[in-house]
Amino acid sequence: MSGMKNGAGSEFSAATSAASGEQRDYVTMSIGDQMFGIPVLTVQDVLGPQNIARVPLAPPEVAGSLNLRGRIVTAIDVRPRLGLPTREGGKSAMSVVVEHDGELYSLLVDSVGEVLSLNSRDYQRNPPTLNPRLREFSDGIYRLNGSLLVVLSVGSLLDFGTRPEVA
Amino acid sequence: MDDLLSEFLTETNENLAVLDVELVKLEQNPNDIDLLSNIFRLVHTVKGTCGFLGLPRLESVAHAGENVLGKVRDGELEVTPQAVTLILACLDRIRSIMGDLEASGTEPAGDDSELIKSLNAFADGGKAAAPAAAPAPTPAAAPAAPAPEVKSGASIYEQIGGMGTVDAVVEVMFNRVMGDLRLKSVFEGDSIDHVQGYMREHLAKMCGGPDTSAPHPIAGRAMSDEQFDALCGHLQAALNTLEVPQQIAAMIMGMVYAGREEATGSAPAIVEAAPPPVEAKPVKAAAPKKEAGDGEAKESAIANQSIRVNVELLENLMTMVSELVLTRNQVLQILRKHKDSEFAAPLQRLNHVTSELQEGVMKTRMQPIGNAWAKLPRIIRDLSHELKKKIDLVMIGQETELDRQVLEMIKDPLTHMVRNSADHAIETPEERRRAGKPETGKITLNAYHEGGHIIIEVVDDGKGLALDKIKAKILQNNLATEAELENMSDQQIQQYIFKAGFSTAAKVTSVSGRGVGMDVVRTNIEKIGGTIELRSVEGKGTTFSIKIPLTLAIVSALVVECANERFAIPQISVVELVRASPTGELKVERINDTPVLRLRNKLLPLVSLREKLKLEAESDRSSDDTFIVVTQVGTYQFGIMVDRVFDTEEIVVKPVAPILRHIEVFSGNTILGDGSVIMILDPNGIAATSGQISMGDAEQAEKQALRSRAHGDEAVPLLLFRAGQGAPKAVPLALVARLEEIERNTIEHSNDRLVVQYRGQLMPLVPLEGYPDVTGKEGRQPVLVFSDRDHSMGLMVDEIVDIVEAKLNVDLAAETPGRIGSAIIAGQATDIIDTGFFLSQAFADWFGSRHDDTVGRKSRRVLMVDDSAFFRNLLAPQLSAAGFSVTTVDSGDKALEMAEAGEQFDLIISDIEMPGMDGFAFCEAIKKSGHWQNTPIIALSSHASPQELAKGRSVGFDDYVAKYDREGLVHILNEALSEVRGAA
Repeated sequence: MSGMKNGAGSEFSAATSAASGEQRDYVTMSIGDQMFGIPVLTVQDVLGPQNIARVPLAPPEVAGSLNLRGRIVTAIDVRPRLGLPTREGGKSAMSVVVEHDGELYSLLVDSVGEVLSLNSRDYQRNPPTLNPRLREFSDGIYRLNGSLLVVLSVGSLLDFGTRPEVA
Repeated sequence: MDDLLSEFLTETNENLAVLDVELVKLEQNPNDIDLLSNIFRLVHTVKGTCGFLGLPRLESVAHAGENVLGKVRDGELEVTPQAVTLILACLDRIRSIMGDLEASGTEPAGDDSELIKSLNAFADGGKAAAPAAAPAPTPAAAPAAPAPEVKSGASIYEQIGGMGTVDAVVEVMFNRVMGDLRLKSVFEGDSIDHVQGYMREHLAKMCGGPDTSAPHPIAGRAMSDEQFDALCGHLQAALNTLEVPQQIAAMIMGMVYAGREEATGSAPAIVEAAPPPVEAKPVKAAAPKKEAGDGEAKESAIANQSIRVNVELLENLMTMVSELVLTRNQVLQILRKHKDSEFAAPLQRLNHVTSELQEGVMKTRMQPIGNAWAKLPRIIRDLSHELKKKIDLVMIGQETELDRQVLEMIKDPLTHMVRNSADHAIETPEERRRAGKPETGKITLNAYHEGGHIIIEVVDDGKGLALDKIKAKILQNNLATEAELENMSDQQIQQYIFKAGFSTAAKVTSVSGRGVGMDVVRTNIEKIGGTIELRSVEGKGTTFSIKIPLTLAIVSALVVECANERFAIPQISVVELVRASPTGELKVERINDTPVLRLRNKLLPLVSLREKLKLEAESDRSSDDTFIVVTQVGTYQFGIMVDRVFDTEEIVVKPVAPILRHIEVFSGNTILGDGSVIMILDPNGIAATSGQISMGDAEQAEKQALRSRAHGDEAVPLLLFRAGQGAPKAVPLALVARLEEIERNTIEHSNDRLVVQYRGQLMPLVPLEGYPDVTGKEGRQPVLVFSDRDHSMGLMVDEIVDIVEAKLNVDLAAETPGRIGSAIIAGQATDIIDTGFFLSQAFADWFGSRHDDTVGRKSRRVLMVDDSAFFRNLLAPQLSAAGFSVTTVDSGDKALEMAEAGEQFDLIISDIEMPGMDGFAFCEAIKKSGHWQNTPIIALSSHASPQELAKGRSVGFDDYVAKYDREGLVHILNEALSEVRGAA
């Protein structure tokens, strides 16, 4: 959690103590107009734009590798992973660093927002009509005031194992 | 498991390992007192610790072993192989109990009485006079055993179970005494051995046992009443612990109390006179053993100097230091931009400290290779007993250090190899005598550093590898056909022992057939980036030579740039760097889009990193210069084309993320000094994905084997091309001088032949049959240029397809002139072109000379002995073209027949690897006698290892030339012939 720039947690803890149901904290991020969230405890770091070294021949989702305090982190671009169009040129990405199977991955998203404490009352499973590609990586939806937050499943996002994809 | 126990296990395991070695040494030097005391001390420590931790089973076994050793030390027993075997058995038992202990945390149930009995019997047997001392289980060993009944007449000593019990009592008591501060002053300054020995002997004597004691300084030390009471308390407790029957215990205590007067110092004068029992724990010790005292001192000195550290902690330290180094590099780089920074001085210091820290931490990971060898003397000893062989194990360079991780990886392979040598290689004394060798076989382990690598040799002077057995096994396992075997050199055949499931041991002994083969050895060594080589001479012995990197973590790598991205290439596979530019001497040429480079008269296949890695297109480049990193994989060389070459850097190799592991061309990634992440290229992977090496088998191990076999299998680079109809054609690349494309409209007719002006001369062009007339047409004509001295000729082809490395097995001899035959190359039937035929077409006069001139001028007759029709066909025309009169035969036997028949030659060229009589034997036969004795003989071989060269010289070859070095051959022939003439 070191390096978390987001101090929004406390602000919300006061507001949520009154609510019934289970509270969960999520780091929010956005890609295009859609808001996503991942459980705050899975996040190791949030980084601004980084120098990412491209890895030739890598699958399209792999943006490259970066150096995080002496550890090599594989950067996964979430846009192609979700089947979304690539980021418009010139726009820099932010990274959310997570650990999966002992390896560090950095998830590239358009921007990282605050940490929200969300109540399980607002949670529901994926609507059956959800885009199948998105459904594969979504753990459910939170209804927020005026918008919806898709909970990303870090596990399936980083599970490339079964796809013998060779660029 | 509690800490104490795990500590005990680690320590005892170490002690046991040392003991194994020391005992074997002792067997060889039975009179080495130092050694003996050290062994005694070690066993003693094991026993003592067991007692302390309450491990009765272990303690009783160790105790029995110590007993025997004690007798040996006191000179009552001799060091015999039998004694050593017994002690080793005792250690093995300890080890197996410890194994269970480690697994379960408690001492396993089991019965050691048999072992203890034999140990005790042996100990007592040494004292010929005491057969009565039946080896009773010590109370400690078998607490459940019925207490010996108090028999009238028997001394207390016998009743309690003899020396065994006395020892155990003293041991327990001693441990308590040592922990008692009140008694500290009494024994201060005495070695533990002394005090304990003293107590033991005194107690034994007091109980009526043998009086082995002698006056001892400890005896004279006075103690206070309080101290005496404390001591007695400990004794009482010890007796209780060991369940000595109450009655007897009481008697013993009574005797001890009886000595109170003397002990508490009523009469120092008497004490000085050294009347036997004086002291609290009365009296007597063995004559002071100086060595024992020394050993003790050494131990404590060492104990104070080293501590045990968890390996994981070291690994973490290593990682942290690696990162510190990288950060340091970054800081230094920043500093370089700000010359006059006030940080300069402290950063310089930081720099030094970091370097030293790195070195220091690296050192903590280094261990002497002797650690991996520690088990070997024992293994060899046991084997030699079991197999009734005499084997000396010589270990050289034990102190050579290498990384712990590497050490772990080679431990088992090494053990396996040594065991193999002892089991399979070294003959029985009888066999050795018959073979005229000393009865005692020798296995030598030699380790030394050589340029960032460590070389370990395992050498034996045994019977060597039995070729016929290997051959039989190869056939049996369908690894090769008989025909293929025919064409293999001995060395190639020997390599098969590295194949999976390959054991030539005729019978399965208890030591062989453990399911680990040389293939596993090889795999393990290759896993850590090492190589293993084998040299074996039947009847003389075998040498395995292992080359491994010192450490896996840090490698030296060349940093290169391509399309603005940087990559690292491990320095170990880089042969040289070449700069090529379109205008310079060296330039990259293309054969139908396949880039090649002419480098020192050879065509070097090139791989464009840009294309390989699908980087940005060539057109985006600013400079025309190309750097070529000449890279060696196995015996195969190729060039990697890059844009720029930077420095060599030491890099910390980190594995790539799982998602990237399928990319064969990368072996890892790393962080450079400036903090950027770059990929490490894997030359093996590049070669494999370039299709230039892989021969259809995807399995890495298989590829490795193929690659190394290609070394001897005459896999040659072939130029594949198409010309006319029919199958693709191929010609050995080495025969091709140049590849040219000439303007078709420059081709002229002259004298009914096609010629072209080429380098100021007319060069004849020869079309393959059925080749359409292209003169006067537009476009460019690809031509293979064959060249010999000042003659050149061009063979017109349609298209140059590829350069492949393949084994040349001519399957079908050709009937068409101009073809040697057909072979399968790159999975396709391919015609092999007979260059000699086309040379003769182009220069009829050359070949005319063969028929006409040889009669006229002094003929230079050359006999060529080669079993391969291909080479005979290939070289004979060329030699003819060079003006020699060539006679060919396909075996040494036939050549000898010709010698018998009185044929005369000026010179003989002989292949080395031939079925039946090989080149060496042939040469030897010639040089021995007959009228060819003085004819120069030249070895012809496709592989030239230094050993072969040396062997060739020793049997009488005058010179040596590689099979594909045509110019070299002609040169050597001329030289040899002129020498002959000069001499004549």
